Amino acid sequence: MSDVLVFVEFSDGAATKAGLQALGAGSTLAKALGGKAIALVIGNNAGELGKHGADRVLVAGGDAVGSYSPDGFARIVAEHAKSTGAAAVLASATPMGKDFFARAAAIAKCGLAADCVELKVEGGKPRAVRPVFAGKALATVEAPGTLWATLRPNVFAEVSGGSDAAPETVPVTFGPGDLKAVVKEIVAGVKGKLDVAEAEIVVSGGRGLKDPAGEGKQNWANLEALAETLGAAIGASRAVVDAGWRGHGEQVGQTGKTVSPKLYIACGISGAIQHLAGMSGSKVIVAINKDDNAPIFKVADYGIVGTVEDVVPALTAALKETLGS
Amino acid sequence: MDIIVCIRRAPTTDARIKPAADGKNYDPAGVNYDISEYDKFAIEAGILLKEKHGGTVTILTLGPSAATKEMRTAIAMGCDAAHLLVSDANHDAWATAQALAEKIKTLPHDMVLFGWNSVDNQSSATGQMVAELLGLPSVSVAVALDVADGQATVDRLAAGGNRERYSVKLPAVVTCTKGLNKPRSANMKGIMAAKKTAVPETPANAPADGVSVVKLDPPPARPEGKIVGKGAEAAVVLAKLLREEAKVI
Ligand SMILES: Cc1cc2nc3c(=O)[nH]c(=O)nc-3n(C[C@H](O)[C@H](O)[C@H](O)COP(=O)(O)OP(=O)(O)OC[C@H]3O[C@@H](n4cnc5c(N)ncnc54)[C@H](O)[C@@H]3O)c2cc1C
Ligand SMILES: Nc1ncnc2c1ncn2[C@@H]1O[C@H](COP(=O)(O)O)[C@@H](O)[C@H]1O
Repeated sequence: MSDVLVFVEFSDGAATKAGLQALGAGSTLAKALGGKAIALVIGNNAGELGKHGADRVLVAGGDAVGSYSPDGFARIVAEHAKSTGAAAVLASATPMGKDFFARAAAIAKCGLAADCVELKVEGGKPRAVRPVFAGKALATVEAPGTLWATLRPNVFAEVSGGSDAAPETVPVTFGPGDLKAVVKEIVAGVKGKLDVAEAEIVVSGGRGLKDPAGEGKQNWANLEALAETLGAAIGASRAVVDAGWRGHGEQVGQTGKTVSPKLYIACGISGAIQHLAGMSGSKVIVAINKDDNAPIFKVADYGIVGTVEDVVPALTAALKETLGS
Repeated sequence: MDIIVCIRRAPTTDARIKPAADGKNYDPAGVNYDISEYDKFAIEAGILLKEKHGGTVTILTLGPSAATKEMRTAIAMGCDAAHLLVSDANHDAWATAQALAEKIKTLPHDMVLFGWNSVDNQSSATGQMVAELLGLPSVSVAVALDVADGQATVDRLAAGGNRERYSVKLPAVVTCTKGLNKPRSANMKGIMAAKKTAVPETPANAPADGVSVVKLDPPPARPEGKIVGKGAEAAVVLAKLLREEAKVI
């Protein structure tokens, strides 16, 4: 029991960044345990995961997994957790990982360490560190047997090199008719749009940007331009989401998404405790606020005191210049 | 329709959380409690289903006796009955799911509703684990829910704001999020009814945790930040700092 099984998430035929990060974390953990990192892919294309730290690559494909199904994916992972006797079983804490990994752990009669930010080996056993209360505290957890964990995107590094492991096709032991819940269709949304919880850079807007249907129209256009310049995802405070100015999938905070990007830019956000809880794990925080007493400045690495009307477009221009040079 | 809503009693979101002397739990001093935020959407979803299809909404909680307060709030909103499985420990999702599933098995259920994530433990796991234990379909993070002819149509909020549509056979487990509905507040009639409704308490079969906490730490303190400057001129300085000092762009 020293191998680590990693479910590597794919999207549009390629491993996702979060998936490769999970594999990187799994490879590092497997080394520390003295075992192998085994990548598990559900779908038909395994890519070259050996180059990203996998010692073995398992591919489960076929009709039953043509569409995502939480119970179907859970069964496959639980079966291979058993067959490999892994000491730890990992996935990304993405919307998909958060959906089905708990079911998989339950099939294995195990708990789940969700949304972990650190993995380590203590006393020969894997342990995980996970933020609770949206980051107001960090819990170090362990399991009596296999440790099942999902890993927060953008926290663990990808690794390169490893093996030239050829994909091993593994059978799927059920058919499409055995599944309880299958995605029927995607009813709304933009394919491939980056989730705020997975983005490396997040530009967030608060009430200070004002109503996008009224006097805030230009501010939100400026915020979109700033995000586009940085390749960032847009986030929002709850005040903005509650006002219906942005979708709730973008809310950052204790009752929204918890994010840890390398750069978080808060524009016109006061920094209420629930908002800070969701973003203070970011590597670098920038705050733009007209009130020099706003609590957001207490957690910001860099602050600019000024209006979003003035500063946001100026920052976009300055960044274009810097990035261009 | 028999609907069960599992709700959690959790510290309010404005609570300051400090590790307790044992280094494993949080210090409850000065902490207030409420229904965990997303569970309010599950309660509302249950009441809306009852209003449309008839039936009952039963609240189920694993927690200390004090949780009857939050359960009565749910009854005051319009739920019909409640059961408390009494335990003072802060169980993990796996232990919680086992205790809840064992009770749910004894109650009629067409729909079992959860919040998608608790504001304290944040496992986003309990609902899916209960579904697995009961052999039911699960759809998590629901932003739309409709029931007809023994089937539930559920829209799930997936990555990047995409909505995945599922059609599942009842009984089913659905975990709820913001956007699904607007939770109502209790009216006077509801509050009076809640006072009269008994909340039976039975000791929970304390199952073993799937993952246990060995240490609870405060988050690392952030280094002192700096104000780069005022107004538009500061933007140029900031862009330079982000590239050369912070090296994040
Ligand atoms: C149960 C519960 C859960 C919650 N969960 C969350 C959560 O998950 N996430 C979250 O964000 N909040 C959450 N909140 C809400 C939180 O308490 C705050 O109300 C919210 O974060 C405030 O949003 P804001 O900063 O955009 O607005 P405000 O607090 O109104 O701040 C607006 C800021 O913009 C500045 N400003 C105004 N005009 C300008 C301008 N022209 N240029 C520059 N700056 C300007 C102001 O100085 C001010 O600091 C929760 C609250 C409760 C009760
Ligand atoms: N002790 C509990 N009693 C009843 N329901 C709970 C309990 N803990 C969690 N839940 C439910 O499970 C959901 C998800 O919790 P979690 O898995 O901790 O994120 C919550 O929103 C509740 O609906």
